Amino acid sequence: MKFPVPHDVKAATIPGTEGWERMYPYQYQFVTDDPVRNQYEKDMFWFYDGLHYPEPLYPFDTIWDEAWFLALSQYNNRIFMVPPVRGVDHRMINGYVYISPVPVKNPEEIGSRVPHFMERAGHYYKNWDELEKKWKVKMEATIRELEKLEIPRLADMEDISVVTDAVGESKGYHLLKNYDDLINLGIKCWQYHFEFLNLGYAAYVFFLDFVQKLFPSIPAQRVTQMISGIDVIMYQPDEELKKLAKRAIELGVDNAVTFSQEWTEVEAALKKLPKGVEWLTSLNLSREPWFNVSTGTGWFHHDRSWNDAMNIPLNGIQTYIQKVKQGVNIERPMEQVRAERDRITAEYRGLIEKEEDRKQFDELLGCAKTVFPYVENHLFYVEHWFHSVFWNKMREVAAILKEHGIIKDVEDVWLLRRDEIKQALWDVVTAWATGVTPRGTQTWPKEVEWRKGVMQKFKEWNAPPAIGTAPEVIQEPFTIVLWGVTNSSLADWAKVSEVKDLSTVKEFKGFAGSPGIVEGKARVCRTVEDIRSLQEGEILVAPTTSPSWAPAFAKIKACVTDVGGVMSHAAIVCREYGMPAVVGTGHATKIIQTGMMIRVDGSSGAITVSR
Amino acid sequence: MATNLNAAAGAAAPELCWFEEVRKDDVALVGGKCSSLGELINAGVRVPPGFALTTHGYSRFMRDAGVSGEIPGLLANVVHDDLEQLELASRAIREMIEQHPFAWELEDAVAEYYRKLSVRCMVPAVPVAVRSSATAEDLPGASFAGQQDTYLWIRGVDDLLHHARRCISSLFTARAISYRIKMGFPHEEVKLSVGFQKMANSYTAGVMFTLNPGNGDRSVIAIDANFGFGESVVSGEVTPDHFIVNKITLDILERTICNKEITYTVDPKTQKSVKIETPFERQNVQSIIDEEIVELARMGKAIEKHYGRQMDIEWAVDKDLPAGGNIFILQARPETVWSEKREQEAAVAGKASSAMDFILSSLLTGKKVS
Repeated sequence: MKFPVPHDVKAATIPGTEGWERMYPYQYQFVTDDPVRNQYEKDMFWFYDGLHYPEPLYPFDTIWDEAWFLALSQYNNRIFMVPPVRGVDHRMINGYVYISPVPVKNPEEIGSRVPHFMERAGHYYKNWDELEKKWKVKMEATIRELEKLEIPRLADMEDISVVTDAVGESKGYHLLKNYDDLINLGIKCWQYHFEFLNLGYAAYVFFLDFVQKLFPSIPAQRVTQMISGIDVIMYQPDEELKKLAKRAIELGVDNAVTFSQEWTEVEAALKKLPKGVEWLTSLNLSREPWFNVSTGTGWFHHDRSWNDAMNIPLNGIQTYIQKVKQGVNIERPMEQVRAERDRITAEYRGLIEKEEDRKQFDELLGCAKTVFPYVENHLFYVEHWFHSVFWNKMREVAAILKEHGIIKDVEDVWLLRRDEIKQALWDVVTAWATGVTPRGTQTWPKEVEWRKGVMQKFKEWNAPPAIGTAPEVIQEPFTIVLWGVTNSSLADWAKVSEVKDLSTVKEFKGFAGSPGIVEGKARVCRTVEDIRSLQEGEILVAPTTSPSWAPAFAKIKACVTDVGGVMSHAAIVCREYGMPAVVGTGHATKIIQTGMMIRVDGSSGAITVSR
Repeated sequence: MATNLNAAAGAAAPELCWFEEVRKDDVALVGGKCSSLGELINAGVRVPPGFALTTHGYSRFMRDAGVSGEIPGLLANVVHDDLEQLELASRAIREMIEQHPFAWELEDAVAEYYRKLSVRCMVPAVPVAVRSSATAEDLPGASFAGQQDTYLWIRGVDDLLHHARRCISSLFTARAISYRIKMGFPHEEVKLSVGFQKMANSYTAGVMFTLNPGNGDRSVIAIDANFGFGESVVSGEVTPDHFIVNKITLDILERTICNKEITYTVDPKTQKSVKIETPFERQNVQSIIDEEIVELARMGKAIEKHYGRQMDIEWAVDKDLPAGGNIFILQARPETVWSEKREQEAAVAGKASSAMDFILSSLLTGKKVS
């Protein structure tokens, strides 16, 4: 398979974006002025991380990419000493992130890493549950620290207490320091994010691999089904909505909760009713922490939480109230899910002929079940809870930059790199201290405007799925399980990028996420706000779904996503509800339009569009 | 009366019997094919109905025809590699068989069974498949020449009897005689049964394996299908539609719809099977609907469970019968290729190890991408 040379792709600069490189860290650039690095970049295989970044990254949002660049790599290469793998290298073209697993090539070095890996990874696997408990304590402490972190405004005159308490520090200094703390908490949170994840995915991916060797035709969704039905907290936000829906009916305030789609109106109405106040108390209990769930994946500044966008959970509660009144059971069918899981596991196990294979199957299944909760739960702590609080803290920082004329709008802050923000804050505090105008008031607004134009052009660019030299073997567990890099997926990527006019595509494929076949009307929802327009019995077509989309699944009869594998939210939820899902199609939201009749085959992964 | 005799003789020595009256252990009575059909029916599998001329019926015919008495003399000095002699003896015996009428009691009995079968099928003079069902299929080198004889679309008692005789005479082809001499197998011990089975008037037919013949995966069922009778699929004259169904969850994992240019159907005039070109607009149409695929897989799973091993199954969807009761199993036999191969293979895991060791060794091997 031939893929373009990275440097050729980069060299074709989009007109009007010249100089875009300064929006991102310099080490992310493919280079031509360093022969050794240039050759290394040509020899490596880089694939576009469309899984995490369906769109080009804003300069500030690059923070999480840098955070996992460090965290994933250090755990593989410096902490657990995964024998054949170092880290995962990163580059960027036009705001799109390309990643490349770095192998250990020398067999002797691989060998010398083995005993360390056995000792270190072994320690985690052996003490998994106990260490995971400690992890939760560390993680929650980090989030509390973040919540408490103050982003101080700069007063014209410092408070008298600075003198009487002999503080000896100004708010200017605190602003600089707390911005650093904010960033460091973010980086720390991502250190924790990967503490268990590499090992968790390894356990899962090699269980999958083993079962596929026994049963070459087994769909991955069936393997994941064997570890389903374990309670994970990612479902809790949705559970809270169901609880609140039932509570509203119990208290007789369901009409007040459903009379408007605007949260502010509903809240005002409820406050006037005694029972309404009681319901609001229940709501407030649910909001912390569960409404910190992001409406997106949590990776981007524009992913707001339910707490930020109360109309969204309100819409979910309204859907559930309607369902309950219609006599529909809104509980997750956990008993059924578990019974089916046990039946499937037993039947597959029964087909294994050799005693040794059965033993190995039991061993690996047990391990996969142990790691599974972490693999799911970390998402709520990091990408949802922590990130939701973090983005809002950053908006407080942005408000100060706006107040001092560095940016025109709070949301402009994302167009600056985090180190540029630090510089700008220095500019602001020194000018504030001195009583002069910050230099940045003249330079940043212009730069921000230009960067906005660049971002728009980046969004219109089609990132090639892979560049560089394809390897023969991939050993990095994330690459295999998360990005699904296999021979056939590479071929598919190569094929799709050849199609110029997506409006002519009649058939395409994704991963078979949840079995069954359904035909129906498509509804393309690009964001969670759009799920309001979903009609009963439509097929949801979305870039990806996350837990805050859960109420949508009570209405639809199938789901198609652009991004995600068999472990993605859409696939898991559809399997529970017993409706078909095809995930990771790459382009469904571009190919399909609302109102089109489509056929979703969740067993084979095929989508057919009637044109 | 022959029928009375038959009934009076009871289970001891019936000359005719319905498929449902026999089980898989009745090979000595009705041969492998018919006993297997009886077994399937009794396992609750839908099989086109029919009856068998038992080995007792066969022996009686051979006695009546005087063949039993003549054979030792005719074959006394024949050596297995003297082709000319073999040919002469074969012709003599086969003529004797094919020209000799059945005893009238036996003829009457066949007529009565055939009438009842027609009534059961609600088709006057129902077309049947006449098949030899051998008792010695598990002898080493089982391909006793002639034992695979099958005559399709046979109607009317006279034709049934005629083709039954042809089945019997096929035991005495030169090759079959030579083979028995060579193996030292006494000719008088050879027994045959003949099955008369309602022809499935199939809209669609084909074969099914209770594993993936491509990779030996036992967790799936593979189905090949084409319009018309199964001959086009069995003979390999078309590339059939191909489906892979999950055996455990019964959902269709893969579907490959092929260009199927040929269909076997019945000629309305001659009431015989005839090969035609599939109408152009149907050549690329899926030849079996999804509900039928799932129902077939369900049946395949039940058959496999009943026999306790992977099976190779012929099936048909009958166009005369309403949906829900129109899928028939025509034949089921053990799958051998992968079953034998697997016995010799080692466990995938080699020796089972701890999850940790397994993860390590998997990390070291990695996953091939090209």
